[in-house]
Amino acid sequence: MSAATTTCRAPLLAAYSAMVFAFIYLPIVVLVVYSFNRDGVGGFPPRHLTLDWYRQLFLDDAIWTSVLNSLIVAACSVALSLTLGLLAALALDRASFPGKSLFRRLVLLPLILPGIITGLSLLMFAVSVGAHLSLFTVFLGHGTALISVATTELFAGLQKMDRAQEEASLDLGATPLQTFLRITLPNLKLSLIAAGLLIFTLSMDEIAVTFFLIGRDNTLPLEIWGRLRRGMTPEINAISTLIFAVSVILIVIWFHLRTRAERKAI
Amino acid sequence: MSLAYAIPPSHSAEAAAPLLQIRSLAKRFGAHEVLKAISLDIASGEFITLLGESGSGKTTMLRLIAGFEQPSSGEIWMNGSRLDTLPPYKRRVNTVFQQYALFPHLNVRDNVAYGLRVTNAPGGEVGGRVNDALRMVKMDAFATARPATLSGGQQQRVALARALVNRPLLLLLDEPLSALDANLRKQMQSELKSLQREVGITFLFVTHDQEEAMGLSDRIALLRNGALEQIATPREIYSHPATAYAAQFIGQTNLLHALVHVGSATCGALRWPAAGPEGAALFSLRPEAIRLNGQVDRNGRESRDVENSVDDIRFSAVIKQQLYGGGSELLELDCGSQLLRVKIPARGPLSGMQDFVFSATDVVRVSE
Amino acid sequence: MYSRAYKSIVSVPPLLWVGLFLLFPYALMLAHSFWIVRDGFLVHQWTLHNYRTLVTNPVYVQVLLRSMRIAASVTLCALLLGYPLAYYLSFHAGARKEILYQLVIVPLWVSYLVRGYAWKTILGSDGVLNGFLQYLHVTSAPVGFLLYSPFAVILMLTHIYTPFVFLPIYAALEHIPRPLVEASQDLGAGPLKTFWRVILPLSLPGLLAGATFAFVLSLGDFLAPLLVGGASGTMIANIVQSLFGAAYDWPLGAAISMCILLITVSLLFLTERLEKRWSFR
Repeated sequence: MSAATTTCRAPLLAAYSAMVFAFIYLPIVVLVVYSFNRDGVGGFPPRHLTLDWYRQLFLDDAIWTSVLNSLIVAACSVALSLTLGLLAALALDRASFPGKSLFRRLVLLPLILPGIITGLSLLMFAVSVGAHLSLFTVFLGHGTALISVATTELFAGLQKMDRAQEEASLDLGATPLQTFLRITLPNLKLSLIAAGLLIFTLSMDEIAVTFFLIGRDNTLPLEIWGRLRRGMTPEINAISTLIFAVSVILIVIWFHLRTRAERKAI
Repeated sequence: MSLAYAIPPSHSAEAAAPLLQIRSLAKRFGAHEVLKAISLDIASGEFITLLGESGSGKTTMLRLIAGFEQPSSGEIWMNGSRLDTLPPYKRRVNTVFQQYALFPHLNVRDNVAYGLRVTNAPGGEVGGRVNDALRMVKMDAFATARPATLSGGQQQRVALARALVNRPLLLLLDEPLSALDANLRKQMQSELKSLQREVGITFLFVTHDQEEAMGLSDRIALLRNGALEQIATPREIYSHPATAYAAQFIGQTNLLHALVHVGSATCGALRWPAAGPEGAALFSLRPEAIRLNGQVDRNGRESRDVENSVDDIRFSAVIKQQLYGGGSELLELDCGSQLLRVKIPARGPLSGMQDFVFSATDVVRVSE
Repeated sequence: MYSRAYKSIVSVPPLLWVGLFLLFPYALMLAHSFWIVRDGFLVHQWTLHNYRTLVTNPVYVQVLLRSMRIAASVTLCALLLGYPLAYYLSFHAGARKEILYQLVIVPLWVSYLVRGYAWKTILGSDGVLNGFLQYLHVTSAPVGFLLYSPFAVILMLTHIYTPFVFLPIYAALEHIPRPLVEASQDLGAGPLKTFWRVILPLSLPGLLAGATFAFVLSLGDFLAPLLVGGASGTMIANIVQSLFGAAYDWPLGAAISMCILLITVSLLFLTERLEKRWSFR
């Protein structure tokens, strides 16, 4: 029998960790609280709680147009990244070809490189082929940069998969395509959803690459950015609070999917 | 059923003070009582095994002695001072872990030297002691190797050396041979035994394998559901099991449900002299204690050189099944109310009704 | 088990895409770094002019060095915050481990911009912190240096990257088999010695990964300086950004980008080597 390892108390460390937690959450708490502050941002303490900023926010067409733009770009990016990422993960897992390690590094590069470099490179590319900057170029940028996220997640999922299942399927008479659709994909379901969720969130929040590929239509982050340059309004607190709330829900879902995938694989 | 603390047999006239004294040691995990107030003494220099199934509490007891768990109640004393209040790194106890727990980032030599270095042993000594320890487990050729490159058996030796080099008063071994294959296991068992004799350190060995326990130990402590079922030498525990569980867990046995009345016990057609309280009782009779009456050699010829003593109980029974086992036969006898297992030296096939005999001294009364 | 057709189908599309949309653009940037701008027009003349400018112009050198200092500070602070947190969660949190882990991850998903903006509201002259200090009568006037300074940039980026640093360290710590910790204590090493001799060395790969991530991304960050950096907090990526914008000198901007790329790739190479040496599986 394995006895549970008793976790001993470490009061100093616990206190320090609590402080780190406080540091991480301080700005978010301030943001949420001040989104209800009548006197806007600044000053202490916040008085006169109000929903005015939220009301103003809901009447702000420009913001909601940018939200829609972001949603469209994010959805398309998910589709593109997942498709290419799945193929790339399969290629890395199963195929060997010259330049494979270079390919692997290249795919993962946008993840670690500062966004400005990827963004500028894509801008140069767009200019050199004479493309107009628009949501489409933004979509291409996101989709390309986020392939790395899909590949990492799906590759991990493939590694955990029981290869014998595919062999069994072939043994029973299924073609490779049927095996892929009936066995491989369902096994990757959790990884696909988790990756998709992650890509969606990252795309919704993407600024660095978007900055250089944006045309006339704004995505939500760039819309907020534009307003920030012009001056601060608590309306931004309101939209930020909403973004925070949605993010929390998404991340909790993502986390539970991930742990479910890991438990299944054992 | 459970014995109070048993003082180990000593060969000298004056009994030496025990090395380790466990007093009413109990451990609870939440509502689950894993150890129920166990007391026992461990003598210096002995090889004692904690034997039991999983869930018997043997691993918990080992971890309590090592210091990785705190007792819910009870005390552990070593050489007259309290042990359970000390953290593991202050106890003169070392452990050989089940999965060896060798440090992957250190080579073999650094692994073995670890305990000496962290306790600031004199620098000049360390090298020599490490080399001696490695030589003792025959791993001196692998001093610069990384654990990941070693086989299971090799890792085990390194783990042993790493523990022994510190000259602990007590060495704990947590099922160290369970991860090895059968042949290697047998080999390591005999190496462990001679190693213990050589260094003279007290070994506390934990296992679920009763054969292993029998072969290695000076004494066996049989644990069951967190309580001490019986503690005795292997021979003693085999020939005189205290309980039905002990009789069945160690070796094979026939459990006879008998009725004791006026000095004899009856079980179906069998009857033998028995002392003690009247009424229903359980007896243990080992298969190899039952012999064929009228010895017949391998070629089927009868010889009349049979020693019949007053103690012998004779009976006849029909052989229901015969399993050949190389050097022996395992017979299943139909005794009316009872199925008896008998182990005899190998001979040709037998059939039908045969005469059997066993000695009254081999039938041991056991408690439930 | 997989036919050539299968392998081709899975490798060709991503290879083509990545080649076209990643490799070619990066190569294009590399090429640009060797060209120049003359009279407001891009001239495809191969020269080392941009690199020479970069090395000799004191402004660029100074900003690059400042950026590296800021990045190093951010990395150090993030490690000082993230490592103990990861250690606490892994070894001392017990049953609450999972919930606490989620709590650490959540801020990662809160928009970068949102968090940067939050710091702006906290640190500003009429921001929350100043208001708080004045409310407590600790100060009577707004403290100026909090915002629009390298300090603010480091603060904001540390806040962003502490969870990033936490993640690989936590994963590495979780991978350390607990029997190793027990073995170390069994052999006589107390908690501190056990940490120093066993836990820290075995967590190094995770630590390296987190530190590299934080350093590289901080180095190339241009949004934090724009939000909270002010004039004194300008970083190298801002210079690149302006060279691609108002200051119109794409080749020079490309050259600086290549420098950042070079630093990134070298660091990645170095850490990969070290990780291989230090991962003992």
